[in-house]
Amino acid sequence: MSEDKIRVLVAKPGLDGHDRGAKVVARSLRDAGFEIIYTGIRQTPQMIAEAALQEDVDVVGLSILSGAHMTLCPKVVELLRAQGQDDVIVLVGGIIPDEDVPRLREAGIDAIFGPGASTREIGDFIRQAVAARNEA
Amino acid sequence: MGLLSRTLVSSEELADRVLSGDRLALARAITRVESGRPDAHQLLSALYPHTGRAHIIGVTGAPGTGKSTLVTALTQAYRAAGLTVGVVAIDPTSPFTGGALLGDRVRMRALSGDAGVFIRSMATRGSLGGLSKTTGDAVMILDAAGFDRVIVETVGVGQAEVAIASTAHTTLVVEAPGLGDEVQAIKAGILEIADILVVNKADRPGADRTIRALQLMLELEAGTPRQIHHHGHVVRLQAQLPVNEEGEWGVTVLKTVAVNGQGVSELREKIDAHRAWLHDSGEIVTRERIRVAHTLENIIRAELNRRIVASMPADSLDETVEAIRRREIDPYRAADALLAEF
Repeated sequence: MSEDKIRVLVAKPGLDGHDRGAKVVARSLRDAGFEIIYTGIRQTPQMIAEAALQEDVDVVGLSILSGAHMTLCPKVVELLRAQGQDDVIVLVGGIIPDEDVPRLREAGIDAIFGPGASTREIGDFIRQAVAARNEA
Repeated sequence: MGLLSRTLVSSEELADRVLSGDRLALARAITRVESGRPDAHQLLSALYPHTGRAHIIGVTGAPGTGKSTLVTALTQAYRAAGLTVGVVAIDPTSPFTGGALLGDRVRMRALSGDAGVFIRSMATRGSLGGLSKTTGDAVMILDAAGFDRVIVETVGVGQAEVAIASTAHTTLVVEAPGLGDEVQAIKAGILEIADILVVNKADRPGADRTIRALQLMLELEAGTPRQIHHHGHVVRLQAQLPVNEEGEWGVTVLKTVAVNGQGVSELREKIDAHRAWLHDSGEIVTRERIRVAHTLENIIRAELNRRIVASMPADSLDETVEAIRRREIDPYRAADALLAEF
């Protein structure tokens, strides 16, 4: 009996301690049937990549409100790729100015969810992206 | 490090890479087993000859007693002694949505960046008893990968979740002051599985009362042989007697304050003493027999279940269910009839 649960790491890189959003998303994704590994605040990109490896997650969700996304998010992607996790889907949630979106996408971020995004939208995106990856 | 596909790598290659210390292969091996892929058994077969080196430590206790923090402190103590540590941390799956929020890593951040530590969170996925169905397999993989100690942290348990006793060599039961201990301690189950009792958060008011209550329990139980009823087996373990009398293991109560490391090196020494006692007394053979019997039974049960379900045409099952509902047949004779064909 094969049981393929989708595992999602929810992490807050950077120095701001505002984790309400990350916790709300973590809880709603749990309620949508995902296995969430929650790592808490003040994570370095190295800590996030290490946890993503040990937990063998399908998805890494980064919550950033500090404005440091242009340095931290590409760094996480780079570390994931370097350790062989080429197929991990990376999402960013938080306050991201429109002009940064294309550059983040270029750096390998698969999707960006702003303040208006519903948790259902995030869950649907994850299911579709994982299904597409498994077919590839 | 090359690309390691989730499914395309053969179990033999994956096993080889686990044994060579490839951490991504280790992570993928646990996933393959946890999700019950068809070749999971081949993978475990390839790794089994390399197991049996690690000392397996179970950490259990009620929610809020500080298990994750204690596991972190204990891991740091082992790392300071030059030993490598694998950690399996279990949290519950919601029976309603199938989802889970695994939060033990929040307390374990001090362990990150250490190549001598590997932490894996697992959800119970419908399993009762405080562990998940494949926890034992994950422990086996970490053992094969060469970790000196494997620590298993159960879900926050009440009185009946004793599965850890048939998985670990040394079981710690963690209590904390102010959780209604006096009455809770009298209830059967959780205390009987302890090799070492730990009162964590011992700097809090009421700690001494909790310790006294636990010591009283131990005195009352002294000399009573311990039996574990597990999957129909009755397994007798050594009686809980005062330390070193007649060469038997004496369960003691230790105080820790895991957040500042107080009492943790004493705890580590006590675990090592238990490990030495297991080997010197030959009790390790009994424990290993329990562990292996438990593993074998689980494999047989899962495989029988799979074969029975596969051999039963779905409509004949549906028809039978309908017949039982209409009271045309009772479920006992119906089950006999279905299994007779198997």
